[in-house]
Amino acid sequence: MQAPAITIKNARKDYGAVQALKGVSFNIERGEFFGLLGPNGAGKSTLIHIIAGLARATSGQVSVLGHDVVSAYRQARQNLGVVPQELVYDPFFPVQDLLRLQAGYYGCGKEVWPWIDELLEGLELDDKRHQSMRALSGGMKRRVLIAQALVHKPSVVILDEPTAGVDVELRRTLWRFTRRLHDAGHTIVLTTHYLEEAEELCDRIAILNHGELKVLEEKHALLDRHPFRFLKLRLQGDGQLPDAVRGLAERIDGDEIELKLEQGKHYIADVLESIRDAGFRVQDVRTREPSLEDIFVELTSDASATGEAA
Amino acid sequence: MNWFGCYTLFTKEVRRFRSVIGQTVAAPVITALLYLLVFRQVLEDRVQVYDGVSYTAFLIPGLIMMSIIQNSFANTSSSLTQSKVMGNLVFLLMTPLSAVEMYLAYIGAALLRAALVSTALFLVAQFFVRVPLTHPLLVLVMLVLAGGTLAVLGMIAGIVADKFEHLAAFQNFFIMPLSFLSGVFYSIHSLPDFWRDASHYNPFFYMIDGFRQGFFGVGDASPWLSLAVVASFFVVVSTLCILLLRSGYKLRG
Repeated sequence: MQAPAITIKNARKDYGAVQALKGVSFNIERGEFFGLLGPNGAGKSTLIHIIAGLARATSGQVSVLGHDVVSAYRQARQNLGVVPQELVYDPFFPVQDLLRLQAGYYGCGKEVWPWIDELLEGLELDDKRHQSMRALSGGMKRRVLIAQALVHKPSVVILDEPTAGVDVELRRTLWRFTRRLHDAGHTIVLTTHYLEEAEELCDRIAILNHGELKVLEEKHALLDRHPFRFLKLRLQGDGQLPDAVRGLAERIDGDEIELKLEQGKHYIADVLESIRDAGFRVQDVRTREPSLEDIFVELTSDASATGEAA
Repeated sequence: MNWFGCYTLFTKEVRRFRSVIGQTVAAPVITALLYLLVFRQVLEDRVQVYDGVSYTAFLIPGLIMMSIIQNSFANTSSSLTQSKVMGNLVFLLMTPLSAVEMYLAYIGAALLRAALVSTALFLVAQFFVRVPLTHPLLVLVMLVLAGGTLAVLGMIAGIVADKFEHLAAFQNFFIMPLSFLSGVFYSIHSLPDFWRDASHYNPFFYMIDGFRQGFFGVGDASPWLSLAVVASFFVVVSTLCILLLRSGYKLRG
């Protein structure tokens, strides 16, 4: 049986008294498009750093394609490409030289130069290959970082917030590119703050919060499991909304109100009736299924974290 | 061993100092020549060192070794600190390069820079005075051992330093005093007893004295003692550096 793309067993990381990871365990299977989500400080970057060898776990085990990231770091790193979150670069070299040097560290010589050309083309960097990194815009630098992570053709690719701070067009380009990589058989692990991005691209999603794994599920199962739907109404009238309806309100903005209804408990017909009974006229009705963002907020809110701890 | 990866890092480091060669090779040569001109002018007829060796000739190997010391240290320390401060060191740390491979690549590039500076300085100095090369092998070995030692110290300083200020402190309070007080400009036999004895505890003294013996065949200490001290120092700091790289101290969180 083939080892998973990434295996994480009880990974813990302490920074002094702070526990950044509290014994996280899960696998990422080969060929998956995996989303790793969580609010700031949830432990995502710490976990990625441990996988990439940029940090050492306090305890636990992490492996890439079955190769332990500490004891078999050469094989693990040879199979892994990581796009860092920060826009960091070496100012001394032009783009093409930078990529060839990076490939060289992995023991790859001229045989990967055509692949580097492909990367430059795929990321629309072809005309920038002889330019210094210093001369590139932020978006272009971000593309170079992606190319740098891929020069040695790794099977597993981790993209740590690759679209943070990039414009919509570039975000679309990067989405297309990562989809192509996935279609070509690469395992992709994506962390992002744009939840619609994870919803659009990922097959399976893990949500970390306060250093713990809160959720690990297929995206569709996760969305289906959420027992809420949203009802958006535009009202006319001067009455007082009943307390039962007011308690369901997620947002009230002038004459617009968004209600969060729990399936099997709150019925649209009942809600509309009680609003009409209160003297309001319903001018517009819209419903919305929960998005990943709603689920994310639900699962990572402090109330939820406290509730679960209790 | 990932020899190709190691060679790639070596070439990258060479290209890094080559891209600013005026600053990394030409400037140290000019600085050493200025020392030579000034000290020659002031002290040539006033200081007697070894029989049959003029003060200017005596000065040249010392200045060459001082340049080796300072440039080897600067090459590795500035490269590592810059990568750390700019954050691009992650691209190296994520690769399958081992601690020994990184060590060899950084030290190799620093030694090449030291060799370029020392060769240029030696050739230019010939215009002022003819300096003999009595034991070329000893000169070469001392260049490698002393340059290597300082390159390793530069790596250690680069690993430990969080910012350029830390590096400057290491350079100003450790490297500069020890190299200036090691017999570059004088023979330790001209010093008072206390300072002469103290010099024997300065490893940089053996680097300069051993190197100078390679040129003139005479020195203040036995060449074997110089070789032994410098080689031991090199082994100790190399071991420490490789252990630091392996442990990921200040590099891997």
